[in-house]
Amino acid sequence: MTTTETGTPGTSADPSPLRPRIRQPGLGAGRAIGLLNGGFLLFWGLITTLPLVWAILSSFKTNGEFRTDPMGFPDGLEGDNFARAWNAANIGQYFMNSVIVVTMSLTMTMLFGAMGAYVLARYDFPGNRLVYYSFLGGLVLPVFLALVPMFFVVRNTGSLPVIGGLLGLNSYLSLALVYVAFSMPFTVFFLAAFFRTLPTSVAEAGIVDGCSHFSLFFRVMLPMAKPGIISLALFNLLGHWNQYVLPLVIMQDDDKRVLAQGLGTLAATTGFRADWTALFAGLVIALMPVLIVYILFQRQVQAGLTAGILK
Amino acid sequence: MTALRHGKYPFILVFLLPPVGIYALYMLSPYVQAIHISMTDWSGLTATQTFIGFDNYVEMWNDDQLRTALRNNLILLVVVPVLTLLLGLFFASMLNVGGRSRGAAVAGVRGSSIYKVVYFFPQVLPHAIVAIVFAYVFAPSNAGGILNNVLEAIGLGGLTQLWLAEPKYLIWIVVLVMTWAFVGFYVVLFSAAMQSIPLDIYEAALLDGSSRLTTFRKVTLPLVWDTVQVGWVYMAIQAMDGFAIVHIMLGVNGGVQGSGDVLGVAIYRAAFAQSDFGYAAAIGVLMLVLTMTIVLLFMRILRREKVELA
Repeated sequence: MTTTETGTPGTSADPSPLRPRIRQPGLGAGRAIGLLNGGFLLFWGLITTLPLVWAILSSFKTNGEFRTDPMGFPDGLEGDNFARAWNAANIGQYFMNSVIVVTMSLTMTMLFGAMGAYVLARYDFPGNRLVYYSFLGGLVLPVFLALVPMFFVVRNTGSLPVIGGLLGLNSYLSLALVYVAFSMPFTVFFLAAFFRTLPTSVAEAGIVDGCSHFSLFFRVMLPMAKPGIISLALFNLLGHWNQYVLPLVIMQDDDKRVLAQGLGTLAATTGFRADWTALFAGLVIALMPVLIVYILFQRQVQAGLTAGILK
Repeated sequence: MTALRHGKYPFILVFLLPPVGIYALYMLSPYVQAIHISMTDWSGLTATQTFIGFDNYVEMWNDDQLRTALRNNLILLVVVPVLTLLLGLFFASMLNVGGRSRGAAVAGVRGSSIYKVVYFFPQVLPHAIVAIVFAYVFAPSNAGGILNNVLEAIGLGGLTQLWLAEPKYLIWIVVLVMTWAFVGFYVVLFSAAMQSIPLDIYEAALLDGSSRLTTFRKVTLPLVWDTVQVGWVYMAIQAMDGFAIVHIMLGVNGGVQGSGDVLGVAIYRAAFAQSDFGYAAAIGVLMLVLTMTIVLLFMRILRREKVELA
């Protein structure tokens, strides 16, 4: 089986061959294979972490240290890198932009997604399947096909009467709405499956108690769907926070850029400005929220992301 | 729900309007317009668009740069899933059935939960960060280049290269970076599938004197094959992207001689650097056709009625 021999990409120095030992399983061989297994696992662990550790270490160096000894440890902790990244390189502004956009987009995605999914999952009405499948279709359509017309849709909403001022290009609300639209297919699909599994008896009890449709949703069904909502909210949070191409198209003003986008631009100009350590400081600033969410909700994040493709 | 019949339709309408409205305006309507725009020569500046039929598609046919991008997308489409799934299966089986402790016949290795946490992490990272870090992995030694410095440190200084300056390496570097970012996800996915395999099957295989390799091939693989298939489709769709990685690591022109170009970047470039929105939309349609072909092909091969993707 080729699997065991594939090794790891990017390494010319592959450890000793695996196959001969596997052919003769004995006690000693078992131990050797065990060690080899451990070696492979550790190796991939290092491949995964080292580039990131290197970036974090670099964020604490001076530019001089970075130039002369890129692989070494920093002599001291150069806090000024973070100040330069936050202020001079505008990472602070980008960070706030990301927070604003993602707060709006996540709230709307979860609320509207849950509303749509609930109605589609639990109410019969003409056109139910049509709406459901048009959401589902969005799962396989490539984002890039929509990119060009979406740009014009967003631009044109800027000239709408009354609300035009809030929309258009370079608007937080526009970008948030675009995120909501692109998150709808998966959110509706996932939550509809979740709402379908909720027991009908509880809904009926609510009806007996005189709940309206609205209070049944907000006071009974939504709280019951909490586990599904949480894992999906984490999924969308990461997706929105990490988004790169959509803001690139919509947020063209420098002071409206979101974090991933601003970081990309910063990386492109870092060589000219000879300020590598500020770039890595910015990178660490961008990394931190994701790292914190991941560490705090590690189990839910893994479950949420993998459940998506198994459902 | 007879008690609730009253006011059912207003309720449905109120609840459906926001999600359907936003989705239709920002996602569905662009898709519909894309096909029309792809048959115009629209520069985006004029109010009117001249209908030019299939001229953009003919132009695509003769566009060498686009051919490079298409070839690269096909490479990503085939190589990234194969590499990722093989490595994912390899590490998942190491983690879950790799250890052989005294008590149990088959056991996961020590620290497997820590490995899973670490391996999975790239999946939650913004691709922008991945791209920036790897731009420095493959940079020249004197500009921080991690790979070159590591090669020098372990006495393989002869292998150092100006990686990102060599056209023929570019797409393979993108392949490696994408694989790096995706493997952990599949390790966790396959681990979950492997953990649901009853242990006594393994014990029986072991009693029959089957080797690890045979056990993997005859027991583990068939039992996780469903998950592998689903993962494959999902991976193929993901591999169509690569935008952030190429755009940041190699630049908007796809690197040296444009040889690391991908379709997503070509669309962005045509639209927002060259103001050729009609052409950009045409490339988008090409991408749609490609994606649909893959999805249908997979659904055909896998003979699954419902293949759902995230």
